[in-house]
Order: sequence, then structure tokens, then C-alpha cells
Amino acid sequence: MPAHDAATPVRTLVYRRHAWPVRLMHWINVLAFILLLMSGLQIFNAHPALNWGLSSYNAHPPILQMNARMDEQGKPIGVTRVFGHEFNTTGVLGLSAGMDGQPTERGFPAWITLPGEQWLSMARRWHFFFAWVLVINGLAYLIYTLLSRHLTRDLTPTRTDWRSIGQSIKDHLRFKHARGEAAQRYNILQKLAYLSVIFILFPLLILMGWGMSPSLDSIFSGWVGLFGGRQSARTIHFIVAWLLVAFVFIHVFEVIINGLWNNLRSMITGRYKIEAVENEHD
Amino acid sequence: MTKPVSSRRRFLLRAMGFGSALFLSGCDRLSRSEWFPKVLDSAEKLTLATQRLVMPRKAMAQEFTAADLSHEFRSNGTNNPDNPAYQALAANDFVDYRLQIGGLVAHPTSYSLDDLMALPSRTQITRHDCVEGWSAIGKWKGAQLSRVLEQVKPLPSAKYVVFYCADPMDAIGTRYYESIDMEDAWHPQTLLAYELNDEPLPIDNGAPIRVRMERQLGYKMAKYIMQIQLVDRFDNIAGGKGGYWEDQGYEWYAGI
Repeated sequence: MPAHDAATPVRTLVYRRHAWPVRLMHWINVLAFILLLMSGLQIFNAHPALNWGLSSYNAHPPILQMNARMDEQGKPIGVTRVFGHEFNTTGVLGLSAGMDGQPTERGFPAWITLPGEQWLSMARRWHFFFAWVLVINGLAYLIYTLLSRHLTRDLTPTRTDWRSIGQSIKDHLRFKHARGEAAQRYNILQKLAYLSVIFILFPLLILMGWGMSPSLDSIFSGWVGLFGGRQSARTIHFIVAWLLVAFVFIHVFEVIINGLWNNLRSMITGRYKIEAVENEHD
Repeated sequence: MTKPVSSRRRFLLRAMGFGSALFLSGCDRLSRSEWFPKVLDSAEKLTLATQRLVMPRKAMAQEFTAADLSHEFRSNGTNNPDNPAYQALAANDFVDYRLQIGGLVAHPTSYSLDDLMALPSRTQITRHDCVEGWSAIGKWKGAQLSRVLEQVKPLPSAKYVVFYCADPMDAIGTRYYESIDMEDAWHPQTLLAYELNDEPLPIDNGAPIRVRMERQLGYKMAKYIMQIQLVDRFDNIAGGKGGYWEDQGYEWYAGI
């Protein structure tokens, strides 16, 4: 990718991109999210099926289910059933190497669950501790982002942003990233992605976690029914967790192609380098 | 320019692989350590305190209609206690069953099944949530524990209600037991249940008496109850954590 015409004079400009509270809260969130995801998958493994509705024992089969069974040759295989379609997922889902290396019936494999071995009570301890970390950190972030005007200044789309949405989609598909002064601001897709994570996905994830708590259910009788019931809440919790994983993949991909070291440094020390291109009109 | 970048990239990938392996084994080591699970446990106290703060004392668990009933009510854990004394009671339809209630009460009392059925009853269609993640909806009928407490009169020093059960859980005969605090004990939906789905409580689900306490998870709702004790502490009972599963590492407060 030719960065610029060799004749164009280039100035490198370093500026402070992320304030320290944002940096700190970002990394606390990274740690909490990873631990919550992994312990959550261990909790899922205690009953590796998802239902829609009030209970798990209604007339409908699970919409997702993982288990092990024998194939025609009498060999154990791991299978995943999604909406009635069965997939052979031996080695990853349904049947995978346990801590002793032997094939073991389990939903998600040991390398992605916390703890690795089947250990529900320990997973719950990790999960509920870091759920508090995530919630307190999230609240601190919300307060900070409002008081510091980070939200209105950096994250709220402007009218110009909305008009640039078509161009932004094209740029993203061509992996073309902003340079110069434009790189100081988030683009519209980036803003929308961050806003959906902050105001839709994480709140929904937390709410559906609460929806699985039999005591929080009772605060306003029937509120979990608005989401389809407790088993639906469990299903939504699972789906939203994976949507957040999808966000993380896209986020990390964009970080890498837009300059891994520069972006990583800006989230650690705050310093972000941009090339101020002279004579640029856009 | 390409060489340093690719070797840097290779180093980074290797570092990430190494880092994640280190992270995983580090987490598993923390799980096995003496001190770290105690740090994690602090969340349980915070959860209990917060939930009690935001939840009205008499907040009722959601009740459902007959249309929502699960086709079969799943039996989990023990489905037939391997205990000769219990088997003898069951063989005679629990006619000789006596529920002993004692400990920190003014009037220790023993109830037959008929005595319990003669108390004012409550019927509720509620959702049973297992710690494993599944839920089942059943219709329960039983005596409210509060009615029993009114008769035995807990002393002011009583802080917990401990349920002793008939089912041995392992080869050495450790019996199932559970404990709840007075706030849950007095709750209107806390029952000594003797009917499930309009039938006498089956042995699968805890005959002759099991606890229903709808704002916590299934393992708190002990089956095959033989004896009830009111106590001011439970750290001197069995493993000291207030219940069979608690002694295996599960939370005492199972409202989450």
C-alpha cells in the first residue's frame, strides 16, 4: 500500500489519544471479559444445551445441543445439533481431549474453559467475581465517559459522520484506513461499533445474566418473561457473549491492519503517532 | 524492511501462544491455591448483600399457569435413598414418618405426614432452576414453613434452619443436608412440600417431604427431609459450609 507520494513532505505527529482512565478501564475490561467468557463456557458445559422458553422441559427440543454418541462403526464422536441439524464436531464440541488427554464428553474443549477440567463450582466463583469487576468497571466507564465528555466529543456520530457512512463501508472493505488528521477521530463504523458494544451488547449481556438469577427474577415478577423466559435469557446471554467475541475479532483485526504497535501503544501509554500530510485536501 | 517485520510478527505470535498457555495454567493453579478461591468468594457476600438490598423481603418468585408445566419433572441427584431406615418408611407409605423439629426453638415438635397436611397449605406453580443451567416447572403443594415456625417458636438466637436428609451421598454415608437463613425460612413461598403436580410427592423428587424455596437454586431445596434444626451457626456441622454441595465448593447463597 503506497502510503504517500515521496515528494510530499511528511511530518510525524505524536498526540495523546487515550486518557489514562480509558486505558486502565479498557484493560480491566479485557481481563474480565476473557475470564468471564472462559468460565461461562465451563458453566455452559454443565448443561450443554440451549432452550427457548420458560423451562428446559417444554415441548420443544433444544435449539443448540452438544454431546457425544457412537457412530455407525461404534466409534465415539462429538456432535452439535443446531435447530435439528446435526454436525460432527469431534475434537472440538461434544467430544474432546480432557485434562488426561483421553476423549471426554464435554460441550466446549478444555483449552477454552476455565477451569480446564469439568469443575462447575469453581467456574461459578470465577464468573461471579469477575462479573462484579465487569459491572463496576462498566459503571465507572459510563460515569467517566459522560463527565469527561468523551461520549459526546469522541463517540457520538456527527452529521458529517452519518453522511460518510457509505464511503466508510467502502474504505473498511478495502482495508483503507484514515491518515493524517482524519486518523485522530473515530470513523462512523467505529463509533457505531463501540456504541453498540457499550450501550447494547454489554447491558443486554448483564441483564440476561441477572435474568438467570432466581432471586433477581422476583424483584419485578415476570420481567424475565419479556425476554421469553429464563431459558431464553440463558440463550440470549450465550449469543450476546459470542457477538462480543465477534466484535473482539473485528476490533483486533482492525488494530492489526491499522498499525498494531501504534494502536497498542496508544492504549498503553496513550501516545499515538499520525502522519500529518501537507497539502492534503479532504 | 520486510525481514524485521516478519520476525517481529513471528515473535509476537509465539509470545501470544506462550502467553495464553501460561495464562491458562496460571488460572488453573490459582483455582487450586489456598488463597485465591477465598478472594473469589468475596463476591458471594457482595452478591448476597446487594440482592437483599434491592429485593423486597417478601418479593415473590414468579408463579406460572398449568399450561406452563413441564411434561415431566426431572429428578436430579438422589432418586431413591440407599438407606434401610428410609426404605422401611417408604415401604409403609410413610405412615411411620415423623419430622423432628428442634434446636433453638421454644417447643420442639414432631410431625407426622398427616399433621403436616393438616396445616394450612399453599399451592404454587413455580420454576425450579438447577445450578447446572436447566429449569423445570412444577406444581407444588405443602405446608408453609412459616406456619410450622409459628408453632415451634424459634428462639431469638436462631439464625438458620438446617434440614437433615435421608439420602447418603457417598460410600461412607455422608448425608445430604442444607441450611437457609430466617429471612427465607419465613418467606410465604418456602414450603415443606408433599405434593408434586397434584400427586403425592414421588420418591424421585424427595418423598415424603422436600423443601421448596423458590428464590434460590435447586440444590438448596433439600429432598427426603427427616429432621429440622434451628441453629445460630453451621460451621460446626459436617463440612462447615452449610450444606452438602456447599461442602463441595458451591456457594451457600444460591440466589444467583
